[in-house]
Amino acid sequence: MAFDPLRSLRAKPLLTNPLPEGPYYGVLAEFATPTDLYHACERVRDEGFTRWDAHTPFPVHGLEKAMGIRRSPLPWIVLAAGLTGAAGGFGLQWWVHASAYPLVISGKPYFSWPAFIPITFELGVLFAAFGAVFGMLGLNRLPMHHHPLFKSEVFERVTDDAFFISIESWDPKFDASATRKLLTSLGARSVELLES
Amino acid sequence: MISNEQATIPPGHSWNRMPVIGAACALLGVVGCAILGPGNPKQFFFSWLMAYLFFLSLAIGALFFTLFMYACQGGWGIVVRRICETVFATIPVMAVLFVPLLFGLNDLYAWSVPGAAERDALLRWKAPFLNVPFFLIRAAIYYVCWSFIALLYYRLSRGQDATGDPAISARLRKFAGPAIIVLALTSTFASIDWIVSLTPHWYSTMFGVYFFAGSFIGFIALLSVLVPAMRGAGLLDTVITAEHLHDLGKFLFAFTAFWAYIGFSQFFLIWYANLPEETVWFKARLEGSWQIVSLLLMAGHFGVPFFYLMGRDVKRKGWTLAVGGIWLLAMHFVDIYWQVMPTLHPEGVSPSVLDVAAFLAVGGCSVAAAGWLMRRQALVPLRDPRLAESLAFENA
Repeated sequence: MAFDPLRSLRAKPLLTNPLPEGPYYGVLAEFATPTDLYHACERVRDEGFTRWDAHTPFPVHGLEKAMGIRRSPLPWIVLAAGLTGAAGGFGLQWWVHASAYPLVISGKPYFSWPAFIPITFELGVLFAAFGAVFGMLGLNRLPMHHHPLFKSEVFERVTDDAFFISIESWDPKFDASATRKLLTSLGARSVELLES
Repeated sequence: MISNEQATIPPGHSWNRMPVIGAACALLGVVGCAILGPGNPKQFFFSWLMAYLFFLSLAIGALFFTLFMYACQGGWGIVVRRICETVFATIPVMAVLFVPLLFGLNDLYAWSVPGAAERDALLRWKAPFLNVPFFLIRAAIYYVCWSFIALLYYRLSRGQDATGDPAISARLRKFAGPAIIVLALTSTFASIDWIVSLTPHWYSTMFGVYFFAGSFIGFIALLSVLVPAMRGAGLLDTVITAEHLHDLGKFLFAFTAFWAYIGFSQFFLIWYANLPEETVWFKARLEGSWQIVSLLLMAGHFGVPFFYLMGRDVKRKGWTLAVGGIWLLAMHFVDIYWQVMPTLHPEGVSPSVLDVAAFLAVGGCSVAAAGWLMRRQALVPLRDPRLAESLAFENA
């Protein structure tokens, strides 16, 4: 595969409306066991759906493979943020100490780079952490105060003992009745159409 | 779970020749030392000390790594633990390789020259610690402690292969905490005795940690070379997966940063305070061609591998991880060279054939000992209670 760090960014535009337009949010299917969910995810993946998600009460091992989730671009955001912080920290001290406000400190040259390292390091770490947290929030479009999935009553069990697949209506392959049929055929305990 | 065939070196396999290859290197090195050493004993003792510290540090790193794994009940690394055990089981051999240095104490350590304390006020003050009898007693204590811990962990782990008794793991786990404390104290004092006291006026309260950082990354680098090499040779290739390589790579990556953090902190405080009795050590390493070695360490022991090992794919492929391992192993050697040699050659870097001869002699002995053990044992702890967990390990 060609080296393309921004592939996953391109596949999922950052600045789009997070919710689909139209009367339906999509289809929600409930599965009884992680195994059922896992195999259903494999099928949904192989059918070529792109706008969908799985919801579980606990992490299901290997589910990301069954769903065909691509690698997150988050590491690149963290790297860029960390390098920005480190360069900014170093540059700021360079500018302050060697140019804007030169002071002789303990007989050392104005540009004494070893003295700049602790702050460079700390700002690199701080910005990398900001990149990780805010990058994660941004990629997940959080905070989101409401989501159509919460209109479903069965969905309340997602934090307890039920496993769900939701397919959004703006998926190019989405078809209200055919998608419902597909999920039923995959062994869903219940399938419902959600309003947006 | 794992058959004996999967976990041993098959008859006729090229790795069976490891002891012979090691012994041949050792013989070559010893002959080289015997021919060239008498003409330049000072160079010989420094070269030997450097080679000895390099291979000892790898064994100490292996012992630390294994103790950590027991203490925190790490599961993923069980499949590489026997390789660690084989490396640290060479510690008694290192005790024998330490003996030649005893004949060169006066060449190595200025404080050990008779009458040195009378001529030098600081050495007089340090004499209660830096004197030959106490130096020898301390070395004996280090080797008693290290050999005891190393052989205990090696033998009980081998014993578990036969009995499968889970109580052995519990016992070794309980013992791991105290053993880490003992190992940390003894390796700190050993690094002060053998490296810092080359410059007896100098002191650094951080040196023990610096030695640990180097030992640990050196050993992880060795493991990152050994494991892909073994898999390439068809050993453990069904046991050790990309997931295990990935975790080794993470360790290697993390400890480039740890080494740099410790190394820079040591330098930074001394540079900033600018007190003559502290700066003397770095002054010698920032003059002439030694400055180039210092910069090489900054870039090569930290900068380059830090960015090289950052990505995920690099850590998961055998050959890319091995490239990082070889690189950092070489840099660990440069680090030891940089710690030891400026005392002998303050005028600048001066490589010698004796460096190579001593390296072959000491390294050959370690490789022969480790290779000999490898032929006689399973390459994984076959009946460790956590082996199944380790085999099934996957990175999230």
